[in-house]
Amino acid sequence: MECVFGMVCDGFVLVAADTSAVNSILVHKSDEDKIMVLDSHKLLGASGESGDRVQFTEYIQKNVSLYQFRNGIPLTTAATANFTRGELATALRKNPYSVNLLLAGYDKETGPSLYYIDYIASCHKVEKGAFGYGAYFSLSMMDRHYRSGMSLEEATDLAEKCIVEIRSRLVVAPPNFVIKIVDKDGARVHKWVDSIKDEGAAAVAAALAAA
Amino acid sequence: MKLDSGLENSSSIFLGGCSGLEADFSAPPLFDLPITNDFDGWQKKSVQMVKPARGTTTLAFIFKEGVMVAADSRASMGGYISSQSVKKIIEINPYMLGTMAGGAADCQFWHRNLGVKCRLHELANKRRISVTGASKLLANILYSYRGMGLSVGTMIAGWDEKGPGLYYVDSEGGRLKGTRFSVGSGSPYAYGVLDNGYKYDMSIPEAAELARRAIYHATFRDAASGGVASVYYVGPDGWKKMSGDDVGELHYSYYPVVPSVVEQEMTEVPVA
Repeated sequence: MECVFGMVCDGFVLVAADTSAVNSILVHKSDEDKIMVLDSHKLLGASGESGDRVQFTEYIQKNVSLYQFRNGIPLTTAATANFTRGELATALRKNPYSVNLLLAGYDKETGPSLYYIDYIASCHKVEKGAFGYGAYFSLSMMDRHYRSGMSLEEATDLAEKCIVEIRSRLVVAPPNFVIKIVDKDGARVHKWVDSIKDEGAAAVAAALAAA
Repeated sequence: MKLDSGLENSSSIFLGGCSGLEADFSAPPLFDLPITNDFDGWQKKSVQMVKPARGTTTLAFIFKEGVMVAADSRASMGGYISSQSVKKIIEINPYMLGTMAGGAADCQFWHRNLGVKCRLHELANKRRISVTGASKLLANILYSYRGMGLSVGTMIAGWDEKGPGLYYVDSEGGRLKGTRFSVGSGSPYAYGVLDNGYKYDMSIPEAAELARRAIYHATFRDAASGGVASVYYVGPDGWKKMSGDDVGELHYSYYPVVPSVVEQEMTEVPVA
């Protein structure tokens, strides 16, 4: 089942998420990217119902870009977190979105930051956070091994430790994960941690790249 | 709506001052009324029970030459097979196909609706809509009706300016881009055959055979799937129907009956 976690490190934030798209007992896809690149310096890791997840994160992304287009300056990570929380809170008493979010960002003034926002519209600034069944394992792993100011290598190591623990202890563990980071140079994919490969997806991607 | 028209048809003598008992004998209700306190819940369940095309097997995959789409043709209402000749692959336009699983009416209606929207896009923009665009059009409609009882599980497959495209869209609002999908009650069986036999570098006949075989094996194990296994191929020049075979006949062509050796002949025991 779903696993999303993230941590603030030395000058960057790391966010990791599983990449399984599941429908009851069926895995429809194992390369579904659940970490949206919100804008050049923001990541939004999301877990929840597939419809809500995509609709809501795209809605936030479009609104953040609209703000930037209108005002010529991007929203700060804190402002984006509060905006997102507000949208969830208004929806909560009408038709709630079932999405839990980890918002990671890098700002010139404040540096890296991570916000934990859940579907009942709570918003916390955290050093490390996790959602889903994977949280039971990754939270304690991060409690034990996390230090403030970890290097990229140390952070990747810890993220992979969490993934190994999830894979070995969680019954419904997802096979593949993606790790993304955001630092002063922007938000990007750091690495894929795959245990199964989809030949079709890889071949299609290669064919598209060649064309 | 009238639940019981029996009383109306009975002659007038029973209407005047007769006891309930007499009325019961003379004009039996056409149906027994459901014994339930929750009529709405009962009605909802009943409608769900007779909603056709619940059990289905459909699949689609992208390979070297394009997209292969296949489906069975059975419609069932609970345990009853209501049709063995349903077109579950819907032709949206000459370059795009949709598959239906879930409620037949919901799928048919929204695919026709999607066809209209795609044609309008074509007229307005002087170019065909992309598979990405079409699937998102459908997903947004389904998302706006979520929780209101729609039951749709579909794949949108086609060929656009970027090449082959395949999306899975459902009535929960989910939309997934992918290279290999199967939807319906028979989908686990179909996935088993499909995943095992799939190679990106397949020829068109090889891919068509894999699709047909996957549907056949799904209909063999899934009671709610059956009828005809139809296979469509979408390439750069649009879609083409490859085959439509009765799965019963397929079974005997895949597994011909071999006359078994009689192990022990039964003979009459002579009466002493």
